[in-house]
Amino acid sequence: MNIIEVLGLSKRFKQLVAVEKVTFQVLEGEIFGFLGPNGAGKTTTINMLCTLLMPTGGRAILCGHDIATERSQVRHCIGLVFQDPTLDEYLTAEQNLRFHAYAYKVPRSIREERISSVLELVELADRRKEKVRTFSGGMKRRLEIARGLLHNPKVLFLDEPTLGLDPQTRRHIWDYILALRKREKLTIFLTTHYMDEAEHCDRIAIIDHGRIVALDTPDRLKDSVGGDMVSLKAEDNEAASAELREKYGVAPVVQNGVISFAIPHGEEFLAGLTRGFSSRLLSVSMRRPTLEDVFLKLTGREIREQEAGGMDFTRRVMRRRR
Amino acid sequence: MEEVFRGIWVIAYRELLRFVQERSRLVSSFAMPLIFLAIFGAGFNRIIGNLTAGVNYIQFMYPGIIAMTVLMSSVFSGLSVVWDREFGFLREVLVAPLNRGGIVLGKATGNAATAVLQGLVLLALAPVVGVTLNGTIIAGMFPVLIVLSLSLSGLGVLVASRMRSQQGFQLVIQALVFPMIFLAGVFFPVNDVPAWLSVLSKIDPVTYGVDAIRQLFLGGSSAAGSSIIGVTVFGHTMTMWQDIGIVAGFGAVLMVLGILSFSRQE
Repeated sequence: MNIIEVLGLSKRFKQLVAVEKVTFQVLEGEIFGFLGPNGAGKTTTINMLCTLLMPTGGRAILCGHDIATERSQVRHCIGLVFQDPTLDEYLTAEQNLRFHAYAYKVPRSIREERISSVLELVELADRRKEKVRTFSGGMKRRLEIARGLLHNPKVLFLDEPTLGLDPQTRRHIWDYILALRKREKLTIFLTTHYMDEAEHCDRIAIIDHGRIVALDTPDRLKDSVGGDMVSLKAEDNEAASAELREKYGVAPVVQNGVISFAIPHGEEFLAGLTRGFSSRLLSVSMRRPTLEDVFLKLTGREIREQEAGGMDFTRRVMRRRR
Repeated sequence: MEEVFRGIWVIAYRELLRFVQERSRLVSSFAMPLIFLAIFGAGFNRIIGNLTAGVNYIQFMYPGIIAMTVLMSSVFSGLSVVWDREFGFLREVLVAPLNRGGIVLGKATGNAATAVLQGLVLLALAPVVGVTLNGTIIAGMFPVLIVLSLSLSGLGVLVASRMRSQQGFQLVIQALVFPMIFLAGVFFPVNDVPAWLSVLSKIDPVTYGVDAIRQLFLGGSSAAGSSIIGVTVFGHTMTMWQDIGIVAGFGAVLMVLGILSFSRQE
């Protein structure tokens, strides 16, 4: 079942087209990722889906409700963790959660129990009576995740959930996210520009300049690059190259004493190679293509190139609109 | 409709929670009027003497100071909107299933509650300035302070709804608030001033708020019927309830504009 159904969704701010006719579906219970450089339109899309921004074209249905006409119903069924903190730092963790529970009409009978359970989930139960101001960046993010889950949403939106956190905390946050996935029927929609994080998703949409350029599972996206990257060293590189060309029909390149080529299903190929290859091999290595290779192939650019560039403009526009 | 009421009470609850936790705000809201009363009072009381039989300058100024305190605290309620925007909490509020109008009214309500509280705290100074309190005055404080603070909160939210930085907000508010306080007759009776000043004062809605409180305090004293209380507009002298009506009307307009402006943001 599709819990999110997006059809030709667009958003333009005066001259700037932030999102251009985006279409995709998210299945119930999956972790769906939006991968792309900063300013690609990830946050704008999330903001439209969570009813903070009105689309200028197309439509989207969340949990069976239209984001433009049934805002309130949509809001009840989603949880949100923004990339910028949205906690009241002068209140305690518990007070922040209680505010959220009141605002989302969490029934009184289960309120305190829910608060305790989400705090335990993110291991902040012992800090519940402390002011958020005293929390570290990672603790705040964890508290926001807890808050996003408090009203039992069907979809949890995570906008760059680990932005600005140190590697250890990032891993920690991901442990929580993956643990959440085991909870019944929770769908997670996240945006990231970290390749390694996108790997955790069931499916990824790669977004660039407001358009989806590819959408598939991480493995299939990587397969689309044309296979695995294999590197060989042989006693006689020339002879080995010739043999590879004749027997296996690949197009090897010899560079710095290393033969390299791309081949689909590299593991199986290597297994076969060890059985019947006559040239003497000194070393064999194989590298899976990364999502970085996928992005590079699709857009001709590296995802990181964009980071400090002028594309931060969209983000500034967004900030001003809040 | 349910989302409007939930919006009001959830937001008001949080405003009060914040107020209780920031004791410095309570102290500073008390310090400012105290300074005015002590310094202006000591400075002018002897030269000015009695404004009318039985009412000296401090007694005259005291109700105005209460109105001023409510004004300051109400208008700065807008600051919490700007503050929330800067620190991100506003997003949590805006994305919750709450009505935007309810959010604005909640800010105003929470603020009115704190403003009334501050106004009532100032009653403790009554014996010091020589004003006698009675049940009627204390009971009358509630409608006057509630209407005044709700109205002026509308002004605060209206200004805040489009402001992105606290500095910008403070600048605009100070440019608005100080003329409003000085024109409102906190420090002088608006009926006995040059025509140009009288016109400006009578346009200033705070004038009627000040007058309402002053009528409440001094209406039963020897000042009743004198020109220092009861704003006269086109030959008509306002009663306390008419004053309150004018403030309420002004507040309703501001509140509607504030809600519209706040709701339009995405």
